Order: sequence, then structure tokens, then C-alpha cells
Amino acid sequence: MTVSALPSTTVRAARTRRFDPSWLLWTAIIAVLLFLVVSPFLQLLVTSFKSDKTGAFTLANYAAAYGRDRYVQALINSLELGACSALLAGVFAVPLAWAVSRTDMPGRGLTRMLVLATFITPPYTGAVAWILLAGPNAGWLNRIFVMLTGAESGPFNIYSFPGLVVVIALYSYPYIFIFTTAALELVSSEMEDAANILGAGTWRTMRRVTLPLALPAILGGLIICFLEAIALFASPAMIAIPARFNVVTTQLFQFFGNPVRVEVAAAYAMPLLVVTVLLVVVQRLMTRRQGFVSLTGKGGDRRPIALGPWRWAVFGYAMLVATLSIFLPYLFLLQAAFAKAWGRGFGLDNLSLKNFHFVLFEHATAATSVWHSFLYGSASATVATVIAIGVAYIVHRRLIPFADAFGFLCVAPFVIPGVVLAIGFYAAYAPPPLALYGTAWILILAFTTRFLPIGYVNASAAIRSLNPEMEEAVRVLGGSRLLAVRKVVAPLLKRSLLGAWLLMFIPATRELSSAIFLYGPNTKVVAVMIFDMSDEGNFEYLAALALILQALTLPLLWIGQRALGRDFMLRRSAT
Amino acid sequence: MSKLILKNVARRYGAVEAVADFSLELQPGEFVSLLGPSGCGKTTTLRMIAGFMPPSEGTIEMDGEVISSPSGVVPPERRRMSMIFQSYAIWPNMTVGENVGFGLQVRKLPRAEIDRRVDKILDVVQMRSLKNRYPAELSGGQQQRVALARAIVVEPEVLLLDEPLSNLDANLREEMRFEIRRLHDEFKITTVYVTHDQSEAMVTSDRIVVMNKGRIEQVDQPQVLYGRPKSRFVAGFIGRTNFVERNGSTYSLRPQSIGLSVDKPTANGVEAEVVDRAYLGEHWDYQVRPLGDAKPLRVSTGPNAIFEIGRRVWLEIDPAAMVRVE
Repeated sequence: MTVSALPSTTVRAARTRRFDPSWLLWTAIIAVLLFLVVSPFLQLLVTSFKSDKTGAFTLANYAAAYGRDRYVQALINSLELGACSALLAGVFAVPLAWAVSRTDMPGRGLTRMLVLATFITPPYTGAVAWILLAGPNAGWLNRIFVMLTGAESGPFNIYSFPGLVVVIALYSYPYIFIFTTAALELVSSEMEDAANILGAGTWRTMRRVTLPLALPAILGGLIICFLEAIALFASPAMIAIPARFNVVTTQLFQFFGNPVRVEVAAAYAMPLLVVTVLLVVVQRLMTRRQGFVSLTGKGGDRRPIALGPWRWAVFGYAMLVATLSIFLPYLFLLQAAFAKAWGRGFGLDNLSLKNFHFVLFEHATAATSVWHSFLYGSASATVATVIAIGVAYIVHRRLIPFADAFGFLCVAPFVIPGVVLAIGFYAAYAPPPLALYGTAWILILAFTTRFLPIGYVNASAAIRSLNPEMEEAVRVLGGSRLLAVRKVVAPLLKRSLLGAWLLMFIPATRELSSAIFLYGPNTKVVAVMIFDMSDEGNFEYLAALALILQALTLPLLWIGQRALGRDFMLRRSAT
Repeated sequence: MSKLILKNVARRYGAVEAVADFSLELQPGEFVSLLGPSGCGKTTTLRMIAGFMPPSEGTIEMDGEVISSPSGVVPPERRRMSMIFQSYAIWPNMTVGENVGFGLQVRKLPRAEIDRRVDKILDVVQMRSLKNRYPAELSGGQQQRVALARAIVVEPEVLLLDEPLSNLDANLREEMRFEIRRLHDEFKITTVYVTHDQSEAMVTSDRIVVMNKGRIEQVDQPQVLYGRPKSRFVAGFIGRTNFVERNGSTYSLRPQSIGLSVDKPTANGVEAEVVDRAYLGEHWDYQVRPLGDAKPLRVSTGPNAIFEIGRRVWLEIDPAAMVRVE
């Protein structure tokens, strides 16, 4: 090195010593991550081992949490529920995914749309619709059955373990669908052609080539469904409690009742957390095994498999699934929302707008709850987007040592079920000095943490696609790194960031499982409102409010599709 | 008897004619290339031979039996053919051995026989030591060898190759050309090879079908195609050439067929001036303009024939080297 040959070395030294203001920002982001992710998680752990009275180390909380048979039974119920729902969801999703991505089934676009519609239907809305459909005696399916057969009573009872399995599977199958289509779309037609020309027919090719290639993704989807099912709060609360059984989440809710036993809840939540972490690790390992990816880019086009007359059978199956998850539920939600009384049927004299009028203008908190949801949702989506892009940038440009650890922190909340996360936030920030319980802040912060992984995965993918030379060009011309981020990186990533924002905002507006533990009298969100109405049996008001929430989501979807393409919502979890 | 006969085969996509009036007979054991620029219909033709798509017109016969016609096709899995794809289409969920053995399994051969044949063919392509590897652990060239082994091990009636070398780097591509020809000479499988690279076609093929815009321009042995191109397209596509207008006809004149010297040749001499030149190591590439002509000719000479730019020289043009083209 002959640096000494360069002139004005003193000036250079002075320049390099000057403080780079971007470090301030990076430090802030790191502090925020500690606050949002690390602290609640640590508090959760600590609380579970701390005596409520003395603050000393104890195992008494675990003894209390698992001291009774019915508490243990609730855990077993959760695992069974998760397994059954995931398997049933697989039965719904896999044929649909295959038909949509690999065959000439008619109505493939329609099927995709209906899966999307299912995906954006909150599980509690689906559960309520199915209570209207298959409630014992009064449920529409039972009434139709009685009418058709003249029997004493109908055979359907939603308030049962199988009922809960069906309802959960119907609204979580899109996860498997997303994973499976993503995998199938990586299998090039040439892979199948190669089996064909060596003598294998359509079915053998599917069995030996296509399915094995998609299998890790299908299993991964099943795992995600399983985790969704065991972490779900609303549907079990609406269905399992009347059916007189408990699952982990409903049991946790009871520990949170009067008096709040947060230390017992923290201890009780641990198995849920452990199971989730383990399964997520398994799922990651599985999708990574043997490099199950397309090997070469070229010649990887896909041609649909001609099903012949079978295409109508497959289409029929797709429509059957859609009937169960969309057509029937929405038909009867609409009926209830526009009815004076939902039990009185479809007659014109039963039509009314009073439910909408009531929830929008008369009810004390319903309209405000919608406003809260959108306010907290947009605040948390914005904060999470900023954190996600900042950390993703630090990680990919290797700006500080151990940057990967911060990337890990951003995706870590993915393995924390919403109810568990809420308990962590409660333990960390409800007591003084912050005493955030009952304020909007605790909800915003919890939502931010909960959806941060979605933002990070998206921001990270976007930055990876950006050539660092574009920023280096800014710096060579004298711009700072912050200027490069502001003038080059951010504008280039505008679309992806909008997408990430929407992907966090939409679920945040309907979040229940963490909100139910953290809301206060003045910070009710719409999901909590809907949950309360179902408790009171006000299905007409509830249906109206649920439909308002869905209607408000549509423009957001439209914006997302304009900015990012038709499938943006369905691609999110596959990444 | 011919192995494979294509009679007036055509394929249309809506109003677009991808392949038109394609007729060709392949002798048993013959190696024929379909050569042409991208979009000329060569891959479409190959996929029709494989049975992946029916022809819109015409028929394809194998061993005297019609296997494709607009009214129906024997499906690919019953044609006893093999194909090597542009992406290789190696199944990433199976090991090298399982990939190669797949076709034999489908043919319900006993386990021991499958093992024996798989080992034998892997020896031939020098991949035996990687039998239990997964494809993701292989290099591009190794994947290519697996694809070759998988296609050949079933002893197909016809072997089809769809631009199999286009994903390889230049050195490997050159090596694999000879490899493909060597395997062909060893197993004598009737082969149809699709490529847009003329030297690939020249090295491997007994005959080359030059295609352009869905139609056959010329079918001949490589040396005939080069020496006696029938059309302007063929002359320009295979190697480099000069087009010379004489008496209202166009002639193709290869740069190698033109003599270049300082002294006037005994016959067929044309006086000219060196306009430009490039040194390419193995030869010189000169642009030489005959006096009175506007257009310079390309002339190739040996590396030792050095002429400065602007120098007066003599061209020697043998009329027999001028090939009339349409």
C-alpha cells in the first residue's frame, strides 16, 4: 500500500473521524427492537418463575398452571384440535392448489379469488357464520334438513369438537394453499415431461415427481395450520366454551380473568411457545432439505395438465370448498345483517337497515372500535415498516457487527402466538414505571411486534433485490449513506414497502388474540367488539359490523393489487 | 426402412404458423439436427415428435406406424422415446441413481437388472462415483451427464435433445458436443437434436435441417451445407460469407475461398484495396474493396499474410467457389 503517496492525508484523517449521523438512527432501531421483542419475551420468562407476592424465584406458578387435570386436558385438546384442523385443511387445500397451479381446470382465477376471500375472512367472522349455519336447532342447515326430511331435529351441531375442527380448517386452509401453489409453481413442466417420455403416465408422474417435489411445502403448510389452530382464540372461545371444553387459549383467558393471574398464565403459556418454536424449526429444516428448488431457470415454463372430463369434477370440488368457506357463510351473514331478526328468514318483511344504523350511529362504542382498529393498525404498520426496512438494510449491507442477530429478532415474534405475546407485553409494560395497560400504546406496540416478521421478510426480500452499486454511486458522488437510503433505496422500494405495510395493516385491523388481553375500556378494537357481541348473542349487529369491516378492507386490497399484482396477499406467507 | 417419417407436418397457434409443411425422413441410427434462429419452429417440431403436442396438419410415423396426426397422438409415455431438456429436468427429489433408474422402473425391470444397467451407463458418462448424490450437489456439466444417462439407459427408439448445451459455459459446451457424438456412435440411437448453434450441429450431426420462419430451408450433410448453400439464409446462417451480385443473380463467396496477394495472380485476378483488418490469432480478417466497387469483401487469410490498411492488393476469385443462392 502506498497511501502516503496521496496528498493531504491530514484532511482525510479528519473526514474519517467525523461522526456519521446514521449511527444515531441505527442505535435507535436497536433500542426499539430490544423494547419491542426482547423485553416482553424476557418478562414472560421471568414472570413465570417469580412469586406473585414476594418476587422470589419459584416453581409454584407451573404447579398452579398444571396442577389440575382439566388444565392439562385443555393442552391435550389444543394439540388434538391443531392436528385435526391441519389435516382437514390439507384435504381442502392440496387438491385446490394442484388444480389451480398445474391443470386446465375451469375457473382457476375464480378459485384463487375465493381462496383470497377466505384468507381475508377473520376466523371469528367465519365462526359466527357457522354458528348461524349449524347451531343446534336454530342453525339454518338444521332447519333446512328438518324441512326436507320432516325429522325431529337436524344432525348438525357446531358446538362440538368436530364442529370447531371444521370451522378452523375452513379458514386456515389458505396457508397450505399458498405454500403448495408456491412449490408447485417451481416445478417446471420439463420435470414432468421427462417422466412422461420415459414411460410414466399422468398419475405416476404426479405420484413420483410432482407430489414429492411439493411435499415439504405441503407439510410446512400443515405445520403452519397446526400452529394457527392452537394459537387461535376467537373460534374456540365462541364454540368450545358452549361445548364445555377448553383449549390452551381459552384457559389462558380464564387465568386472565378476575383476579388477573399473569404469572400462572405465563407459566401455562410456555408449552404453547415451546411447541411453536420446535415446529417452526422443523418446518424451516424441511423446506430447506436437499435444495428442493428449481435447479435451473431456463426452459422452466409450465404448461397446464389436460384433465379432460375430470376438470369439471375438480372444479366441482373447488366450488364445494368455496361454498363451505364463502358462499354459505356470507349468504347467511348478509341475511342476518339485513334482518330484523335472523331467525325469521329471507322474507321481504324481515328486511331492515336498522342493524347498520345501530352499530354505526347508536351503539356507544361500535363505531369507535372500528376507528381504533384502523388507527392502531396504521400506527403499528408504519412503525413496523420503518423498523423492518432499517434492520433489513443494516443486515444486508453488513453495517454493524452481529447484524444478523437483529434480523433474527425481527422474525422471532413469528413463533410467539398472539395470546402469549400479549401476556409478555402485559407482564413487561402493564406495571409501573410505564403502566401502559389500558392505553392505546400497549396495543400499538403489541401489534407492531406481532406483525413485524411479515414486514421484515418483505423488506428483506426487497433489499436483497437491490444492487448495492446504486447506493455506492451516491456515495462516490459525495452523498451520505442516509442520503442514499432516502434518495435511492426508499424510492426504489416504494412498492414493496407499500405492500409490506398493507400486509401488516390488514391483519392488524382484525387482530383479536393479542388485543383481547390488552384492551381497556377506552381502547376497544373492532375484533373485541365483535367478540363481545357474540357473547351477548347479538348476531344481527355482529353480522353488520363484521361486514362493515370486510367492506373497509376491500379498497386496501384493491390498492395492494394495483401496486403489487393480483396475488400479493396470497404470496405473503410463502416467503 | 426409415425410422421416423414426418410428412407435411404443420403446427399453428391461432393465426401464427409455427411450423409449416415440414417433411423429413430419418434412417435408423441417423443423427439429424434442427438448426435455426430462435422462433424458427425447431422446438415445436421436436415437441410434436415427442408427442407433447399434436400437429395441426400432416403425420409422423415411427417404424411404419402413424404416431401423430391431427386426429390423435400416441402419448409421450408410450412412444419408447427419450428426451433431454433445456433445463435438464433432473428431479431434485431423487438421487442420481434414482433419476437414471426411473425409466427402467417404469418398464418394470427386475431390481438387479436395473442396478446393473444404471451402473453401466453411469460408468459410460463417468458419473458412477456420484450415484448417491442429489442433483442440487452437482455442477451443470454433471447434471447434463445425468440427463444423458437417464435418456440413454432405457435404450430408446429415438432420442430427442432440446438445446441441451445452452445452459453450459463455453468450454464445457465444446466438450459435451463430442461427448454426445461419442455416445451416439456407441449406442447408434436415432437422434434428433435441436440447436441454434451451428458449430454444435456441425460437430454432432450426420445431416442438418436448417429452418427459418417455420419452414425447412435446406437439408444436407454439414460439409454440403457449408460448401453448397441453396439459399441466402443458409449461406448467411452457416458460417460467414460475402454476397456478390452478378448478372442479376446472387452468389455466396466464402472469405476463405478468396486468395489475397501482392502480385497479380495468373487468372481471375481483381485489383483491390485493403480497407480494414482484424487479427484473430488463428487468422486475419480483412475487409478488401475491389477497385470501382462500393462494397468491400471479407477475406480470411493465414496469420502470416500481413497487409497494411490502404495497400493495393490482388484478389483471386475462383468462379467455382461462387455458389448461386436464391
